[in-house]
Formats: sequence, structure tokens, C-alpha cells
Amino acid sequence: MRFAFTDDQLLLQSTVRDFLKKECTPEAVRALWASQTRHDATLWSKLAELGVCGALLPEAQGGMGLDERDLVLLLEETGRAALPEPVVSTAAVGVPLLRDARNHLDEGEGQALRALRLSDAWLPRVAAGDAIVAVGHPANPFVADAGVADLLLLAHGDEVHALERAAATLTHQPANDPARRLFSVAWTPSAATCIASGDAARRLLDAALDRGALACAAQALGVAEQLLDLAVAYAKQREQFGRAIGSFQALQHKLADVKVKLEYARPVVYKAAHSVATQIATRAVDVSHAKLAATEAASFAARIALQVHGAIGYTWEQDLHLWMRRAWSLERDFGDAPFHLDRVSAFVLADGAPIGPGHTFRQPE
Amino acid sequence: MDLSYTPAEQGFRAEARAWLEAHVPKAPLRSFDTAEGAAEHRAWERILQGGGWAMVPWPVEYGGRGANLLQWLIFEEEYYRAGAPRRINQNGIFLLGPTIMEFGTPEQRARFLPKIASSEEVWAQGWSEPNAGSDMAAIQATARIDGDHYVLNGQKTWASRGAFADWLFGLFRTDPASERHKGLTFVLVPLDTQGVTVRPIAQLDGETGFAEVFFDDARVPVANRLGGEHKGWNVAMATAGFERGLMLRSPARFQETARKLVALYRENEASAPGGTREEVVRCWMHAEAYALDTYRTVSRLLGGGKIGFEASLNKIFWSELDVRMHETALRILGHRGDLLPEAPAAQGVGDWLDSYLFSLSGPIYAGTNEIQRNVIAERILGLPRSF
Repeated sequence: MRFAFTDDQLLLQSTVRDFLKKECTPEAVRALWASQTRHDATLWSKLAELGVCGALLPEAQGGMGLDERDLVLLLEETGRAALPEPVVSTAAVGVPLLRDARNHLDEGEGQALRALRLSDAWLPRVAAGDAIVAVGHPANPFVADAGVADLLLLAHGDEVHALERAAATLTHQPANDPARRLFSVAWTPSAATCIASGDAARRLLDAALDRGALACAAQALGVAEQLLDLAVAYAKQREQFGRAIGSFQALQHKLADVKVKLEYARPVVYKAAHSVATQIATRAVDVSHAKLAATEAASFAARIALQVHGAIGYTWEQDLHLWMRRAWSLERDFGDAPFHLDRVSAFVLADGAPIGPGHTFRQPE
Repeated sequence: MDLSYTPAEQGFRAEARAWLEAHVPKAPLRSFDTAEGAAEHRAWERILQGGGWAMVPWPVEYGGRGANLLQWLIFEEEYYRAGAPRRINQNGIFLLGPTIMEFGTPEQRARFLPKIASSEEVWAQGWSEPNAGSDMAAIQATARIDGDHYVLNGQKTWASRGAFADWLFGLFRTDPASERHKGLTFVLVPLDTQGVTVRPIAQLDGETGFAEVFFDDARVPVANRLGGEHKGWNVAMATAGFERGLMLRSPARFQETARKLVALYRENEASAPGGTREEVVRCWMHAEAYALDTYRTVSRLLGGGKIGFEASLNKIFWSELDVRMHETALRILGHRGDLLPEAPAAQGVGDWLDSYLFSLSGPIYAGTNEIQRNVIAERILGLPRSF
């Protein structure tokens, strides 16, 4: 039992943090808002060089051979930087879906073979930053990043299909966060596009949901921490009544509450990452708990950070809303609060639920 | 990161579970804030120490088991799982003991720690005074040196366990010209010293959980000073850190309450008011989050880290969770939540009211949660000093 990251993991995290601090400034994010694709291909290539895109791939496939315990630390940094790039769609969800699709048993006409060929063809390109994957999951009515994706992995009932972007018709859906790229996707499923069906497809989609929700939770940690940092910095600098507003207990106690919420969400997210990485039987419950705790911490941080800033925080010019809008959208992606609360409730309230002292850590499947 | 128990850790759990199953009293003890209950709890501590389980993480030479903090966490889980009695000497074992290990002389460690471990000597706290509550630096009780003794005068109040304890630890002003944090000294006082008067105070639950303690030229040896002369504030801050931090409120306590809350909800699902289902589940999640954070802290401490001001985060989190769990339980119980345990219609649920009342003290003791928020703002977030 050791609930701590290694020095190597923390070093990788700080490398990505320093990189994004330089490369993904608020000015850069605002510049993307005005662009056609809202995607910076150069930045994406650099992220691939750092190993972010292929983090979950074996080294033999051009990846880093890492697992979710490493990835959450990187995702936390992408949240801290409000990075608009499709890291969740591609690195956290698309890549492992394609990776695992090649291992399933064939339940239909040549699906497994198609999945194998597809992943062999695409994964090295994705890891190298030369291709982007978007995932259409039933949990999300709109497909994030479809417009910049080269490959779409789309659910259709109990099937998973793969098609190139040109084979689908995309309708852009402008969203609250200008950095978001949401699309409605119209397409025609066929036997030729199907890479998994039945139980195999359900397993892939369940895993995709857990990975997506975990990724949102990890990003939310970074978003929450950044919002708290911004609010604290502003409270130290802004003076009213002849003193820094951060000396008033009315604000201090609100900010302290944000810190409490954030720090008690953090270990929940890290545990969920461990559960996904090691296939713990109750990983879905752990992920749901993490998604609730982290996104609620981020939304609470957004609410308090805005209040601490006052009117200046309510302007388009102030950067606060880069993270506020991210906090709000993370709450919805890959299952909203009622959805995840239901999943936790079903576990906790079941007959003979393994809860209470000594039941915190559970076994792999 | 490896979140599975090693075979040795599993073996330790099995050993603790077997011992507890064989020794935990079948019927609950009476409250340790009554004379009979205090005697029962002292007897239980003797059994616990006889089995070598009283102070799991302490060195063997001080009456401990010599285990590490992770094993202590496992033991705590088993302890609460077994429904074992509350620890009457928590002031001694969780607060003063670690402080003596850090600040005590070798003689003091040898003199005091084994009797703390066995609860042969039960301790009361002597922090607050009528005019020094949250503002603890306003302490007025004095300790004047006279030869090799201190002469104590003044009054302490809200001395937890004061009514049935043997000793008291507290802060006294040794430098009459001093102000605030300076000139205070940490002194250990036998409560049977001539000139010490203990007056029990009935608490909200009707029991005498704390007391006023009056000092009227009470003489204690200078050898009972913990840490340096006039250096008591730093010692007291360490004690307060232990109180807010890891040991006093181990996660198992709240996980067990959460488990009981889930069971209560399931038994009363048909009549439970709307919204309680979500509250119950959220309470369980919070108890788990607290456990996870504690495991993380223990891993950090085993790697050489120290507990700092983040103890204030802990204190807010567990104390507010405890209130929330009990409020939820009483909402589920409806009118039965108003009944004392002896009411015929209470049917065993009266304990929720009792522990609800106790939970309300959580945001007050060990430094109010408002003070903790000040600490977080100033010491962790780096905001300017508040006023």
C-alpha cells in the first residue's frame, strides 16, 4: 500500500506544466477562439513529442507505455492551462478505445480483423501527433473535436464504428466555451465501418465512458486549482477600504472552503485513476465519485473566484472565464452529476454493499 | 502508487480483527463522561494494553506496539468495525503523547508515556480560559517560579475529560511582563495537587464531559515543564496540530458512521423525506474521501514528510461531515429523532440524537472552524493577516 506518485511521475507532470505555461498562455487561447479550427497543429505536435498523445500506448506502437495514473497528472495540467486541444477525446478516450478494440474476440463479420488493421494503421500516427481521434459516445449528444478529427469512433446502439471524418456530415454547434469544438455528426453505419458489436462493443463503450469521466475529473482538478490561484492573487493585490481585500475574513473563508473542496477531491481522482489502470472491479463507482468531487470543486471554485473578482471578473476582457467556462462544460461531459450520483447510489445502497471501515480499497477483477 | 495491501498488511489486519473479536465488550460501555462509564473505559484500556493494542504506532519502550502509521490505520479500521469503545484517554494518547515524544526529555518520556499508553493516567486539556477561547494567546493563568516548583494561579475552563481525569496539560504565563504568545509555558499538572479544584460542567448532552479547573497557589515541580521556559506556545501548537491532524479522528470513525447511516436509510427508505437518499450517498462519498486523503497523508509521512497547516483542512472536513451525517440521520428518523435512548418508541435509534449533540461540538473544539479557515487563508493560501 503506497498512495503516492513516484518522482518520475511528478517530474513528467512538472515538465508538462512548464511547457503549457509557456506555450498555452491566455493570449494564445484567445487567439485560437478567433481561428477557424480552434486547433493549433504546431502545439499539438509538440504535445505529441512530449508523449501526451500516445501516453497510454505501448512503446512498440510509438507510445509512452504509461497508464491512467500518469495520465491524470498530465490532464490536470491541461486543465490548469485551459488547453483547448483535443487531449481528452484523443489521448484519454480515443487511443485506449482503438487500442483495446484490437483485442476483442470477433462477434461479427470480420470486425476484429478490421479493428486490428485500423488500430495498426492509426495508432502510431495518433501517437506521433499526425492524427486526431474524436469519440461519439452515447453519454455526449454532441461529438467534441469531430471537426478537427481525422478518425471518428462512433457508437451506434451496441456497436462501435470507425470512419474517416470525410465520411460524416458535421454541423458545428457553437458552445459557451469558445475553445470547445462541438458537432452534431450525421453518418450511415454499415458492416464495413463496424469494428465491434454486442458485448465487445458494450465493454469498449463502458470503458470509454469511465476514461472520459476520469479525464474530465483530472482536468477539473487543474481548473479548480487555477481558479483558486487567480482568486487568491487578485485578493492579495486588489485594495478596498485601504487594505487588500484578501485580508477580509468574508473572502478568506470562502477561499478556504474552495481549498478544502479541492484537496478532498484530489485523492478521489487519483484513486479512480488507479482503479481504471488496474481494472478494479468497482472502478465505475470510483470514477463517478471522482467526477462528482472534482467537477463540483471546479464549479465551486469558479463561483467563488468570480465573486472575489467582482465586476472585473464579469468582463470578457478578464481571463477568469477561460477557466470558468471549462469548469461548467466539464460538469456535463461524460455523464452529468445525476448520472454519476446514480451510479454511486446503486453501489452504496445495494444489498450487502461492501462499505464501511476497511472497504476503501478493492480488488482487481 | 499501489493501492493494495501486502500479505504482511493483510496479516496484520487479520491479527487485529481476531483479537478485537475475542475481546471487544459485547454490550456497549456507559459513557466515559459518567463516573461508572469512566471506570468501565479505564478497564477496557487495561485489556487493550494487555493485548498490546493500546498504542499501535508507538515505540515498544513507551508501551506501544512499534507498528507503522499504515498499520495504525488498518488497526483503526478494525477497531471501529468491531464497535470497540471510544478511547477515554484520547487527550493523552493522541495529543499529549506525540507532543512528549517531540518535546519531552528522556526522563519525561520514560515517566509519562507508558502510563499514557496504558491509560493508568488519564489526561485533561487545559487550554481555554474564561477570557481566552479562540484567542488562546490571551491566557492569563500564571505559573510563578518558586525554587524548583511552579506556583499556579488562575482558571482553566472547557477542560475536556476534566471531571474524571488524573492529570491536566496546559499553558500558563510564566513571564508576568509578557504579552500574547510570548512568556507562556507548557506545564503538566496532577489534578490531585493541593490548591487545584475541579468543577465539572454539564454539557449539552447533560453529561460532565468537561470541567472548570481552578488553581490557587498550586505547586508543581519545574520538572513538569514540557519544552523550554516561556516556549510553551510552540509546544501547544504542535499539540493542536496532532489534534486537528491525523490521529484524533481517524477516518474509520466516520466511515463507520456513514455505514450506519446507509443502513438507517435502507431500513427507513419508505418514510425517509425527499433528498435524504442523495445526502446519505454524499456523506458516504465524503467519508471515503477523508479516508483516501488520510492514506495519502500516511504514505507521505512514511516517506519522510511532515504534517503542517493542512491539518486545518482535515479538521474542517471531518467535523462538518460528522454534523452533516447526524443531521441527515435525524431527518430520516423524523419524530423518532427527538427521542432519548430510553424512550420506549426509540427502538435503538436514540443514539443518533446523542451523537448528533456530540457532533455539534466538532466545529468548536480543537480550534473553531472559523479559526481553521483563518489558518488556511493565511498559512496555506498566503493571504494577508485577517482582522
